[in-house]
Amino acid sequence: MTVRDLLTSEKFSAISLPDESREIRNVYIGDLLSWVMGRAKADDAWITIMSNVNILAVASLADTSCIILAEGVTVDETIKATAMDKEINILTTNMNIYETAIYLNGLL
Amino acid sequence: MSEALKFHYVVDGQDFTSAGHASVMVKKNLRQLGLPPEKIRQVSIAMYEGEINMVIHAGGGVADVSVTEDYVEIVLTDKGPGIKDIEQAMQEGFSTATDNIRSLGFGAGMGLPNMKRYSDFMEINSVVGEGTTITMRVNIN
Repeated sequence: MTVRDLLTSEKFSAISLPDESREIRNVYIGDLLSWVMGRAKADDAWITIMSNVNILAVASLADTSCIILAEGVTVDETIKATAMDKEINILTTNMNIYETAIYLNGLL
Repeated sequence: MSEALKFHYVVDGQDFTSAGHASVMVKKNLRQLGLPPEKIRQVSIAMYEGEINMVIHAGGGVADVSVTEDYVEIVLTDKGPGIKDIEQAMQEGFSTATDNIRSLGFGAGMGLPNMKRYSDFMEINSVVGEGTTITMRVNIN
């Protein structure tokens, strides 16, 4: 499944989408950035409610395929611009983290 | 053996939002050199944790990265407060970070343990009141 495939569902919307063909192979969930950095795998979709600028560095270095902000969380314009610049896909959904995980499980 | 490629970065201690800049640059450079993705990930994660530590605890510092045929070496040097008890600092979950840092998603006490986990060699030299130097190596072969 690619990030683009996720967006065909109305449950997700794109905040930044520089690389929509990125493959999602698995899912990781977490808000503690060092924890995520150490445990998330490359090509994971990363579900979080964290929205500060440091999520971009974590996603970039851990090489996740996208950040999914749950609970309707969004980011400000500066972060959006930086995400485009650093080629980080960010999606948002109104589902909570548990619902998002279950939804993704059905697609993977 | 051919000469090592060297990169030098200044990590700004005032700007928490730009922390990670040096690690992202290193990642880009290693990618251009054609290193295996898993090795690049190891180096980037170890270095990012170190960079964040320098910003949180030491008011910044410098990072020197050298790439040889056999390994990537990262040397992080700061003039911060030093680490009082290295053994304690190496334990997962131990942290001296403030609530403000925690609210940003850091300070989980995973920084140094992650650096150790993702490097093949790590050495910490720290003098309280003078600063800390951390050397990490990730073997390529």
